Amino acid sequence: MGKTLFDKIYDAHVVHTQEGFPEVIYINTHYIHEVTSPQAFDGLRKRNLPVFRTNKTRATADHNVPTKDQHLPIKEALSRLQVEMLTKNTSEFGVELYGLGHQYQGIVHVIGPELGITLPGMTIVCGDSHTSTHGAFGCIAFGIGTSEVEMVMATQCILQYRPKKMKIEINGKLGKGVTSKDIILYIITQISAAGANGYAVEFAGDTIRGLSMEARMTICNMSIEMGGRCGMIAPDQITFDYIQGREFAPKGADWDKALAYWKTLYSDADASFDKVYSFKAEDIEPWITYGTNPGMGIGITGSMPSLASIIDADKTSFKKSLDYMDLHPGDQLLGKKIDYVFIGSCTNSRIEDLRLVADFVKDKRKADDVEVWIIPGSKQVEKQAIAEGLDVIFKNAGFDLREPGCSACLGMNEDKVPAGKYCVSTSNRNFEGRQGPGARTFLASPLTAAAAAVTGKIADVRILL
Amino acid sequence: MSDKNIKKTISTLISGVVPVNIDNIDTDQIIPARFLKATTREGFGENLFCDWKKNADGSLKADFPLNEPKYKGHRILVAGNNFGCGSSREHAAWSIVDYGFDVVVSSFFADIFKNNALNNGLLPVQVSPAFLKKIFDLVQTDANATLTVDLEAQSIKITATGETENFEINPYKKMCLLKGFDDIDYLLSLKPQIETYEKQREFNF
Ligand code: SF4
Repeated sequence: MGKTLFDKIYDAHVVHTQEGFPEVIYINTHYIHEVTSPQAFDGLRKRNLPVFRTNKTRATADHNVPTKDQHLPIKEALSRLQVEMLTKNTSEFGVELYGLGHQYQGIVHVIGPELGITLPGMTIVCGDSHTSTHGAFGCIAFGIGTSEVEMVMATQCILQYRPKKMKIEINGKLGKGVTSKDIILYIITQISAAGANGYAVEFAGDTIRGLSMEARMTICNMSIEMGGRCGMIAPDQITFDYIQGREFAPKGADWDKALAYWKTLYSDADASFDKVYSFKAEDIEPWITYGTNPGMGIGITGSMPSLASIIDADKTSFKKSLDYMDLHPGDQLLGKKIDYVFIGSCTNSRIEDLRLVADFVKDKRKADDVEVWIIPGSKQVEKQAIAEGLDVIFKNAGFDLREPGCSACLGMNEDKVPAGKYCVSTSNRNFEGRQGPGARTFLASPLTAAAAAVTGKIADVRILL
Repeated sequence: MSDKNIKKTISTLISGVVPVNIDNIDTDQIIPARFLKATTREGFGENLFCDWKKNADGSLKADFPLNEPKYKGHRILVAGNNFGCGSSREHAAWSIVDYGFDVVVSSFFADIFKNNALNNGLLPVQVSPAFLKKIFDLVQTDANATLTVDLEAQSIKITATGETENFEINPYKKMCLLKGFDDIDYLLSLKPQIETYEKQREFNF
């Protein structure tokens, strides 16, 4: 019987197995950032241990950093301390840091791929749940806790049990104005926020094959929002073309050797999955969430479920969620007035996202009473956007183009949506208070967000294209 | 054995519960992101469920279970389905431990949270939806009702009625909790195997 893509990579990384113990899995790349690493470095110090393989860990500062005046000292004392701590820890332990002011700084899941550090066939971990993003390159990538960050720094290994495997196929042609963000929001609505709990998910089908690397990353990014252990897509020519020539990608003979290996990374035709879903691209319209978990979504022209349609066991949670959002079951969202638009986060802050938005808002202006933040995923994305003149388009549209970081995706820095305000956001989580205490989030694609910015309302971008 | 931060050993615990009957409690509710700025593991308990526990002016909401005097000192947190979904922040587990809980009961736990809990001596006990409902109903009528959690026997019992359910725990993690066995010590003991692997693997990027 054939093997799945997941099993091919997993099997190649088993260092040790022992009856009654989890498997010891080797990790190729470990990304760290300022929020989930200080306690891990502390742990190493207490144990008197070095970082075992310093060249396999890379650090950046992203969660906590301001997105204005990054050249000045960070104003907020605790944020400053955490970022300084990262600088101190990485220099003491000999780990490469792309900190504030560095040309490679940015959101950890944006910089890894753009620097050619993330490669097919790798095992990748990071103390951040959206590590699943990197799976778009055909690697096993997942989020870990701080105890595990310490574990990987100490031994370059992690303890694992093999998860079940799920395949999600999407076939067909996407409609106008429908993007990869709509695909993943649609899938999560169909299978629920817990639908992939315990599974490693592979996305397949001709719709996926037709997507760019940026678009594939958006999909894998949100596999954690349906509970998936990781999300992955088999590498192909689009993957190889993206990687070739990037800063840390293999070169020359190494490239040829790597490429030959990468071409073996796919699920065999007779590989078996524990669960398979199949969706049609034609069924997907621009998608938007209305509730407080990413599984609570509807098509942009659809209506929220009525209370009567919700099963009894879920009624309390459903009501609590809609009360928080101050929305009424059964209503449409179309035409709903909004206050903020956030375009950014590791889901949608890559150059392609910014280009898509710029293309749409060219010669348009934001609605007067809407505040629009656009946060590039990295210094390199920012530089590229400026080189292409996108900054001018955003400025003319009244968008506030800021500096790279996680920003209002999780509201750890100053970029917070005020209590009670509505924000159309290209990020990945609509949890209560995620964008600031009391903030109300609608998750959507960059195009839908741009349409909201321009109209001041939740709008169907397809009629504006 | 190396110096561990806040790990402790649980075998049997008899305690009252604090019921938070809400499904899909995500880690942003357990500990909002703005409290993740500390660089040590201690002190997170104060901000456990902060946005549910406190009003905007910082005063305590009287009707949130954590604030109700009748549940004070109880060391078992009982929550709705799919507890701990969302971010990988271990701070969620730290805050629950730091607040004074030893056990969390739910009908389902998110993957990463479960791991993080076990790595911090916090026992996640997964029960059937029916048993979970029984616990919530029981606490409604008797705030001081206790549960007996026995890690060795992998059982959870409503102490007064004797109704018991068994729960799953991975045997390795069970041993870690009972014997204070440590993941990193285990991996360090395998260093020769790790180095051999590194040499043998052709595509060790
Ligand atoms: S952008 Fe948001 S989801 Fe992504 S790493 Fe930062 S905080 Fe996490």
